[in-house]
Amino acid sequence: MGEKLLEVKNLKTSFFTVAGEVKAVDGVSFYVDKQEIIAIVGESGCGKSVTQMSMVKLIQSPPGKILGGEVWLDGKNILEYDAKSPQMQAVRGAGISFIFQEPMTALNPVYTVGNQLTEVIRKHKKCSRKEAWELGVQALRDVAIPEPERRMENYPFELSGGMRQRILIAIAVACNSKLIVADEPTTALDVTIQAQVMELLQGIVEEKKTSLIIVTHNLGLVTRHTKRIYVMYAGKIIESGTTEELITRPRHPYTIGLLNSVPKLEEKKGDQLVPIEGAPPSLVHLPDTCTFLPRCPYACDKCRSSPYPALRKTEGEEHYVACHLDLEGRT
Amino acid sequence: MSAEVRQEPIVKVENLKMYFPLSKGLVSKVYAHVKAVDDVSFEVYEGETFGLVGESGCGKTTTGKCVLRVLKPTQGKILYRGVDIAQMPPKQFQQYRRKLQMIFQDPYGSLDPRESVYTIVKEAVVADRQPHSAAEIRDRVVELIEMVGLSKEMVTRYPHELSGGQRQRLGIARALACNPEFIVCDEPVSALDVSIQAQIINLFESLQQKLGLTYIFVAHDLAVVRHIAKRIGVMYLGHLVEVLDSDDLFHNSRHPYTKALLSAVPTTDYYAEQKRKRILLEGEVPSPINAPSGCPFHPRCRYATEACSQVMPPLKDSGGGHLLACHNPPED
Repeated sequence: MGEKLLEVKNLKTSFFTVAGEVKAVDGVSFYVDKQEIIAIVGESGCGKSVTQMSMVKLIQSPPGKILGGEVWLDGKNILEYDAKSPQMQAVRGAGISFIFQEPMTALNPVYTVGNQLTEVIRKHKKCSRKEAWELGVQALRDVAIPEPERRMENYPFELSGGMRQRILIAIAVACNSKLIVADEPTTALDVTIQAQVMELLQGIVEEKKTSLIIVTHNLGLVTRHTKRIYVMYAGKIIESGTTEELITRPRHPYTIGLLNSVPKLEEKKGDQLVPIEGAPPSLVHLPDTCTFLPRCPYACDKCRSSPYPALRKTEGEEHYVACHLDLEGRT
Repeated sequence: MSAEVRQEPIVKVENLKMYFPLSKGLVSKVYAHVKAVDDVSFEVYEGETFGLVGESGCGKTTTGKCVLRVLKPTQGKILYRGVDIAQMPPKQFQQYRRKLQMIFQDPYGSLDPRESVYTIVKEAVVADRQPHSAAEIRDRVVELIEMVGLSKEMVTRYPHELSGGQRQRLGIARALACNPEFIVCDEPVSALDVSIQAQIINLFESLQQKLGLTYIFVAHDLAVVRHIAKRIGVMYLGHLVEVLDSDDLFHNSRHPYTKALLSAVPTTDYYAEQKRKRILLEGEVPSPINAPSGCPFHPRCRYATEACSQVMPPLKDSGGGHLLACHNPPED
């Protein structure tokens, strides 16, 4: 096991809306080692993005509020910094940088690529415009963009989806941050470009010696590249473990459901996909019992009468699960 | 379906071409064409699902739209039950419109935000001109809504109150209102979460069985298409480069592009995934305005030869209905 770069302990973020308190992140803990790639997996609205945003206090307040927890980055609890403090500004970008999902909306349409890229570099490094420009060209080269000098002059609309995503990755790597958070980095892209982007991210982690958190809803996407996976549901982590453990011996019915939902390339004809019935619960007024209960095919009386199951260790390597039942081997 | 039971195709596309003119200047002088679909032929049989796959910009959506006459093709024939609808005048075409429907990728964009679920489906039911009385129309709307797995109570809701999966179900209900025979599904699940994706795919399959529908299923994810389609056409830059049975896809595909697409599909088979070699395609799809000469795939193909850069390989039967357009198909 490597050295820990980031450790999040019992993070809690809520949004106070007219309808009531939305517990978007409810006691989430996880860690990332140096030069490690992990994934946080869950459906839309399970709180996976809010968890990441909370780490660097990018939560609009009101209505959002970080209620508690600790975020240790390189030995410092960055959650103690004020959202607008210079220390936090330094963490964003130099410590943790983000790659967002929508490459079109994350880039400013009225500025050139070079403009947006050098802005970030000059914010975090003391250098002249010319030096920043050169660093920008180098960053584009790092993400395998052909003709980087010409691309610097382009506006986002002149580029394809895959190219825009590379620009965002370039902006994220330009500051040599210690940790990159990629929030659904490939959702809007074709499978071939998806594969390119994933290989690129892996290459960057190896070359620049950074760590990477991939946030996604597709377990298939992260099976190949990650070392460990956390599965989130309704604001909580419900299962975690090494990728091998979690993919080959899933224990939580939700993880099993997610795995069964991905169409396989090789399967017998006539196999039906087994979807997870229903939709994720509203995060207002969650019950005290297991939050997955209404959708769970294995639910029993014990689940209905017991309070929310705590994460418990299983025999598997670093394998934790929050489920009353022991479902090992069920698929 | 074996060869002897195969009936007449419900839709037969012959040498379909769709060119979009590019013009500039005051007098709109046409200086080039975007060859979105270039000489595509295929057949779809009754009750089957034909999958069209390819990257963005390969012309798969345009092909789907031409088949439904949403776009009027530049050239070529579209035979619907033997009748050519490609250049049919709009008046005459009207009777076919109801039988040919479409389901869109973006369930947000394809629903009017100011109309309730009821109104959205009712419009389509009224357009069918079958039920007459108000009560009949109401019953039909409720029947459709329940058919796609939405509850009756949802009729008063508006699209923004629905989840992505529910919106897609609504789009399906609307498409079914006129009792269509043939539906083009344009990336209907690519905007959805995987767990919801599986629900919608299962819905498509059960509706097909119940109503005897025929689908063209357009998508970029081979795993999804392989699951739902019986036969698959792989498109690249406006050309169909391989047509094969979905059961053959994994082991018997031969076109280098199909193989590359296959290797890019993410899977959850941990041990296979660790060993699997990825064929990473360099670069992106070239512009269809000045497509490369010869085989459109040759600039990105590892097996390209002299001939590939000069002559477009024809789509030929390489045995058992497996069509392939490649001069130099690699042996494994």
